[in-house]
Amino acid sequence: MESINAKYVSQKISKTRWRPVSHSFLQQPDIFASGSWDNEHNKISFWSIGSHGSSAMEDGFEGEPQLLCEQKHDGDVLDLQFLDQDRIVTASSTGAVTVFRHHQNSQTISIAQHWARAHHYPCDNAPCTGVVCSSPEIVTVGEDGRIIVFRADQEGVVRVIENADSSTIHAVTYLRTTEILTVNSIGQLKLWDFRQQSNSPSQILSLSGDRVPLHCVDRHPNQQHIVATGGQDGMLCVWDVRQGNTPFSLMEAHSAEMWEVHFHPTNPDHLFTCSEDGSLLHWETSSHSEMPSFLQGGRNSSMMSRSAMAPAGGNQSLISAWLSGDCSKGRLETSHMLPSQTLSVNSLDVLQQCLVCGTDGEAIFVNRQVPV
Amino acid sequence: ALEITIRPAVKIPAVSDGKHMGFAWGPGDILVYETLHKASGSGSSFIHEVRKDEDIYSPILRKLFNESHHIFVGLQTIREDLPSKSRKPQFVSISKNYRSVIRACMEELQQVAVSTKDGEAATQYGNQVSILLAIELIWNLCEVLFIDAAPAGSLLLHLLDWVRLHKADVDEKAREVLQSDSPAEHRDYWDVVVSYVLQGRLDEARQMLMKQATLQPAARNMYKLMDTLLSKMPFFNPSGTQTLTEFDVKWRHWHEEVDRCLQDNSFASNKHLEIICKLLLGDEDILLDHKELLGTWYHFLVTRLLFCHPTVKPAELHYYAQSCMTMFLDSRSVPEPLDSILLAAFEFDIHQVIKDCSIALNNWWFVAHLTDLLDHCKLLQSHNLHFGSNLREFLLLEYASGLFTHHSLWQLAVDYFDHCPEFGRVYLELQIERVPLDTERKALKVLRICEQRQMSEQVRSICKIMAMRALRNNRLGSALSWSIRAKDAAFATLISERFLQDYCTRGTFSDLDLIDNLGPAMLLSDRLTFLGKYREFHKLYEEKRFTEAAKLLLSLMTAKIAPRSFWMTLLTDALPLLEQKEVIFSADQTYELMYCLGELTSSLNSEATGTDRPMQEEDIELTKVELLRLALARNLAMAIVKEGTVET
Repeated sequence: MESINAKYVSQKISKTRWRPVSHSFLQQPDIFASGSWDNEHNKISFWSIGSHGSSAMEDGFEGEPQLLCEQKHDGDVLDLQFLDQDRIVTASSTGAVTVFRHHQNSQTISIAQHWARAHHYPCDNAPCTGVVCSSPEIVTVGEDGRIIVFRADQEGVVRVIENADSSTIHAVTYLRTTEILTVNSIGQLKLWDFRQQSNSPSQILSLSGDRVPLHCVDRHPNQQHIVATGGQDGMLCVWDVRQGNTPFSLMEAHSAEMWEVHFHPTNPDHLFTCSEDGSLLHWETSSHSEMPSFLQGGRNSSMMSRSAMAPAGGNQSLISAWLSGDCSKGRLETSHMLPSQTLSVNSLDVLQQCLVCGTDGEAIFVNRQVPV
Repeated sequence: ALEITIRPAVKIPAVSDGKHMGFAWGPGDILVYETLHKASGSGSSFIHEVRKDEDIYSPILRKLFNESHHIFVGLQTIREDLPSKSRKPQFVSISKNYRSVIRACMEELQQVAVSTKDGEAATQYGNQVSILLAIELIWNLCEVLFIDAAPAGSLLLHLLDWVRLHKADVDEKAREVLQSDSPAEHRDYWDVVVSYVLQGRLDEARQMLMKQATLQPAARNMYKLMDTLLSKMPFFNPSGTQTLTEFDVKWRHWHEEVDRCLQDNSFASNKHLEIICKLLLGDEDILLDHKELLGTWYHFLVTRLLFCHPTVKPAELHYYAQSCMTMFLDSRSVPEPLDSILLAAFEFDIHQVIKDCSIALNNWWFVAHLTDLLDHCKLLQSHNLHFGSNLREFLLLEYASGLFTHHSLWQLAVDYFDHCPEFGRVYLELQIERVPLDTERKALKVLRICEQRQMSEQVRSICKIMAMRALRNNRLGSALSWSIRAKDAAFATLISERFLQDYCTRGTFSDLDLIDNLGPAMLLSDRLTFLGKYREFHKLYEEKRFTEAAKLLLSLMTAKIAPRSFWMTLLTDALPLLEQKEVIFSADQTYELMYCLGELTSSLNSEATGTDRPMQEEDIELTKVELLRLALARNLAMAIVKEGTVET
């Protein structure tokens, strides 16, 4: 807990995202972007946690995020993703989608592309609720039930799926390069295949029982059929999209809406969720214990052991404990990562060993020693 | 220092001189508009908003509100059943937390004030810094006197700390002197030494004096004597074994020794050392000679106590405080608000302190949090105000109501209302409905707040607002999801009617993804159930499961799930089933269908006599009925035959 630093930033944070690092193992994440909401003037900001010999800190916590630059944003920032090292895409409550470019040399931000009223009602604004990108393609979803595909370098819209949903689409993620998955407020996951021209989903999955609105979705980094969702009742569901219509496992996670769920990008046995109830949970499944102990210990060696196992045991043993469906067997551990009594944690992002999250208490927390 | 609150008149720039203005009070502001007293004539069509409390809009001060909210919530959860002995250190530490938050804010404001180029902004920041300084000063004193409630002996030590903390310029001056080439000859040298003595920092004074001593070897003995006197001054050790009486005796001995040195003229040749000697004896006149170094009457008070009466008891403080203030301040100058607040604190009149602070400051933050903390320490007598709630609750409600007017900080206010047992809930109920709901996400957060507190009426009204908005934008799925959340059967019925209307006009269902996947939500309203079942009927028909489809269709009418107005459509849907080559409806089922048709026509007839329907519509209706009758009769015949036939 000592490694968590809180920084009060005078704005309610709706989204925080790490800037992607190159895949060389040694580079730690050092810059993240944040977006605010519910302010008279909302902003996007870039921060640095200055790891590894960058500018010396004055007194104050080592590694406390320092503001690099910020830019006014029209409307609440409802979603934010990094397009590449320099550009981010934001989804706004005015229905606009904007690409910002961060100029590292001058520490300024400029607007690279702006699609105003991308999401809209006939005579009203419709907030754009989610954005996902795989450069140069950008996919956005909104309260108007549309799915829109853009290209970062083109001004026009590439494709629109009108009336994709009769309710609000809350989040979107890529399943494969040509397939996306959306979740909506009547508790359905819909798969969309862009190779097809039709405007209907290729598959619809939902929970039996109460149709609880789903707010977030994330795909397992290695196994593309495993997807985790979180919704209004705070339950964490793990789905296998190849089989069946219902989730594989349901776990009680939070006592209020779950806003974000993330698999750790390089260590997918770890999952992180954050919620309106002010908690941020770190879920850890244990891998099969048949693995010899000398391959288990330490961060680096666990990476090696995973690849060492794959040829030997085949994929079977790696099919996560996520799909085991029975977490009472004690193979799933959860731990709280924040001091209690914070207001809603709206967003989190995790990269290597660094975790950043933002709350409605106008604070950003950075943890640089996440045990993964 | 705190300013007295006669506010300068605010000029509304857009309203020209001499015009009349009308106004209306808001929760934290006033709406002002130009008006005319005559009946005719034109005027400006603008409305101006005049805000009183600018602080909540300052980005740096916002951190104060957020961090203190965190501390406040933590304070409320301290268990009441622990003995007060173990609670006191917790309260003291919470008080220190609050103060450190104030200091952090102050430092940041100071940095910004120094670095900004805008002159007006710099003044404003400077003002805010001085207000925060005063607040922290008062809070610190309250912590010493009320929360920590130090007894005689420790009391003086705490007061010394208090004074030292708020007189930082001594260290700056000392640094300057020490960094010069010849510190002992610096013009501020003696000021520094005297300041150290005035603050009871005798070790540092001795170190400084040594520099002078080396320069004047001839006066070595005098300096040695002074050094001894300074080193022997007793300070009370609260954690030691010495009792207060023993300390007092020891102190008197020391005091007499210093007095003897003065009477002996040991320091007569060095006026500086003689002054220091007199200071050590607490000589009032000499002390008052050093008004500039002391700066404030409360510094004078603490120094005087240090050198005259270190075993001062809390109850005796106010005598000394009053007299020191009178002696220090010019008879002509009016005591500032800060002075009267501090004096009230020394008099242990907590209510007066709170009252004066409420008047002097433009924001309830300070008094609300301080009063809350004091209340937890059980220091406030129940002080009934006119409308029944106690002082703590009143202040918290005022503070939180102010927060609620802020577009972003309203979320903090919720927790404050939660901890006001008498009126908090009512305030929250009234305020939460006025939060503007621009996005679904915000509405969800507000809803969660209401649901957690079982405010079912607010839940219903918020869901209804969002559902209506969704309906207006033709987002039927969203509208349905809101009515499910509110368990609003009436609205669900409304939405189903929309769907059914759509079907009737267009012949197909829209939003099949919703209707096909209603799940248990279907049971929320009869109409919704009907919609789901009706869609099921269509699916069965498409899948050519005719018998099941027929059964379902009939049950929709006989179980009275379908609204009467829809029966005609249902019966018309039955036509293709009746006209199939195979017999689908059994004889019994056909009788039931006929019965339904009969009921329908009789009600239509009774309607027709009253209303004036166009001829064409009546014709179509009659034709339909005739077709149905024919089809039913034929089906009945075939069914009877089929059922009567024995398979051979």
